[in-house]
Amino acid sequence: MEKTVLEEIIYRQGAQRDRLLPILQDVVEQQNFLTEGDMLHIANLLQMSAAEVYGTASFYSFLPLNRKGKYMIRLCKSIIAKMKGSDQVLAAITDQLGIKPGETTADGVFSLELVNDIGWSDREPAMLINDKVFTDLDPVKVTHILTNYLKQASTQAFVTNLSTN
Amino acid sequence: MKTVRLTIDKKVVEVQAGKTILDAARIAGIHIPTLCHHPDLCVAGNCRVCVVEQVGVRTLQASCAVPVADGMEIITNSAKVQQARRHILELLLSEHRSDCVNCYKNNHCELQDLAAKYIFTPVTLIPLPALQHYTIDSSSPSIIKDDSKCIRCQRCVRTCTQLQHVTALTVSHKGHEQKISTFMDKLLNDVVCTNCGQCVNRCPTGALTERNYIQEVWDALLDPNTHVVVQTAPAVRVALGEELGFDVGERVTGKMVSALKTLGFDSVLDTDFTADLTIMEEGTELLTRLKAVLTEKADAGTLLPMTTSCSPGWIKFIEHKFPDYLTNVSSCKSPQQMFGALAKTYYARKRKLNPAKIVSVSIMPCTAKKYEADRPEMRSSGFKDVDYVLTTRELARMIKMAGIDFMSLPDQEHDSLMGESSGAAVIFGATGGVMEAALRTAYELVTGREVPFANLDIKPVRGMEGVREANITIEGCLPEWSFLEGVELKLAVAHGLTNAWEVMQAVKQGKAEFHFIEVMACPGGCLGGGGQPIPTNSEIRLKRAQAIYEEDAGKHIRKSHENPEVLALYKDFLEAPMSHKSHELLHTYYIERHCN
Repeated sequence: MEKTVLEEIIYRQGAQRDRLLPILQDVVEQQNFLTEGDMLHIANLLQMSAAEVYGTASFYSFLPLNRKGKYMIRLCKSIIAKMKGSDQVLAAITDQLGIKPGETTADGVFSLELVNDIGWSDREPAMLINDKVFTDLDPVKVTHILTNYLKQASTQAFVTNLSTN
Repeated sequence: MKTVRLTIDKKVVEVQAGKTILDAARIAGIHIPTLCHHPDLCVAGNCRVCVVEQVGVRTLQASCAVPVADGMEIITNSAKVQQARRHILELLLSEHRSDCVNCYKNNHCELQDLAAKYIFTPVTLIPLPALQHYTIDSSSPSIIKDDSKCIRCQRCVRTCTQLQHVTALTVSHKGHEQKISTFMDKLLNDVVCTNCGQCVNRCPTGALTERNYIQEVWDALLDPNTHVVVQTAPAVRVALGEELGFDVGERVTGKMVSALKTLGFDSVLDTDFTADLTIMEEGTELLTRLKAVLTEKADAGTLLPMTTSCSPGWIKFIEHKFPDYLTNVSSCKSPQQMFGALAKTYYARKRKLNPAKIVSVSIMPCTAKKYEADRPEMRSSGFKDVDYVLTTRELARMIKMAGIDFMSLPDQEHDSLMGESSGAAVIFGATGGVMEAALRTAYELVTGREVPFANLDIKPVRGMEGVREANITIEGCLPEWSFLEGVELKLAVAHGLTNAWEVMQAVKQGKAEFHFIEVMACPGGCLGGGGQPIPTNSEIRLKRAQAIYEEDAGKHIRKSHENPEVLALYKDFLEAPMSHKSHELLHTYYIERHCN
């Protein structure tokens, strides 16, 4: 993350060690993951050890420590999800995007992860795409959802291309 | 002081309010096993081995974390307690690579000791390390970190943060993935670790150990073509006995020398000799800096305060944490490295030896000394100045391996040529000792009189307070030192890097002004070093300190500048303190390092 953007976040939250978690959350909200450089810079400005920043960040599944796509797909892998067909949903996602859990698409648009429980056990299979919840999934439904995201991503890429050319 | 009355195993105990159940039990002489608890560190309460039953309370209580209350009835050894402790140990062991006979900590392991007491039927849990990926980090020349032996008690993390203000170690991830990590799981040699080894002193298992050079030293000793010299640091002689059957605080200087000779060292010499030499160089350096500031109006900030440079943990700490202050660190090498540089030059010449055939070994209370000896700057003799550094513990192991009956060894003196030392050198091993030694010499050099303290004991700089400050006014200067007349020297002594950090913060923020600061990285100074016998606590460190001051009091030479061998060294070889030759061999420089 750009140092100025990160400094803006820290300025807003306050450069104290008890603001570490909200700062990390803000960074992930904007960029979807934390880099080594981000953590070092945060440690410096908060005058704490870089190891402590890493220790805190690594505790939380929703603070990823390696590069993630623009859209972070988190599919529930609980036993209930499996009983309701999450494996088939996973197969559909993998077919459509060409990535397995833990991977990111080559264009950096999607990342896929399996998570333990996102609080929707009554409406499994369920997944999150960034902050948005999708429930009662099946292979057809998930393909449709991802197609919409893909369209959105390619439109955005087109607009970005226009503005940079 | 409010007291609380409770019963432990039907015994009535009265203790101060605020104490824990564990404290109360220990006062009453009742043993409760512990693992994550350490008297130098804050309560963690994470291992649960110390659980006890409290009458009227449904769940077991972690005795290390629960404060006493009036009327409490505690049972430390019920069936429920025994079963809980056994289950906890079984779970810890299932995650621990119990390869005890191949482990460096075999027979020195707190987990093994507890298993020996509590596990007497086969454990049916699956041993997990065989199924898991784990790393053994041997990147550091000082410390080896083996995650497969770790029980996540976090003593090391608390040590690194609370005592040392380094926080190279942290707890990362969670659940079964939880581990002790550095920043981004980098290698120990690539992070802020100062190699002080305080974590090694407190690790209950074999997860953190010193990197040992025992085989290398045996190879040198058994090679007929080498001449092996050994130097012994001041703090080793007051602690080695603990590993070999003596009580804490017993001095074993003479037996240590005998043992080293029996092991086959060709010459048994003393780091104390170069401690005296350090005082000559560092004392002169301090006076030179004072002169520059007081008479030549030199830039005071880069020269004063001057800090000591004998502690390699402190050096690496300041290189990482206060790189703007590297010019304030005395350029003197540590006594170990001064000795190393002289062993392969002065000693070799005097004894007519080929320096290429000399193997230079040092016995240190310290793990950071291993790193220091490996620094690329430490080759001023044209060779690696100190080849191998052994800790007090490693020496004890070699003595045991050789089958030497240490208790019945006769006392012997260090060999000559770099073996003579003063009491001032001995006290280098205790916090405040370098300061005291420097004052004994510098004051006399400047005024022609001894320091104005009874028996030369400069009591204000002694003790175990984390930071001690003292002021000494210089009066009656000799003519050449008249610029110091009436100057009040402001001194500070800090031990443990957290205390050092506080002093440096005060200096940095302009809240404190000092001329001279002594810093030792380890609590208590070298006598509490990371290479000393385990366990450690404030009581043990105090006893070792007493032994050091007894050794000083018993020496017939008490001042570094009166050491005849040091005077001869200057006459025959170095010429004068801070001469060109001393700069070449005895002084060094420091390197700015990153802060993670």
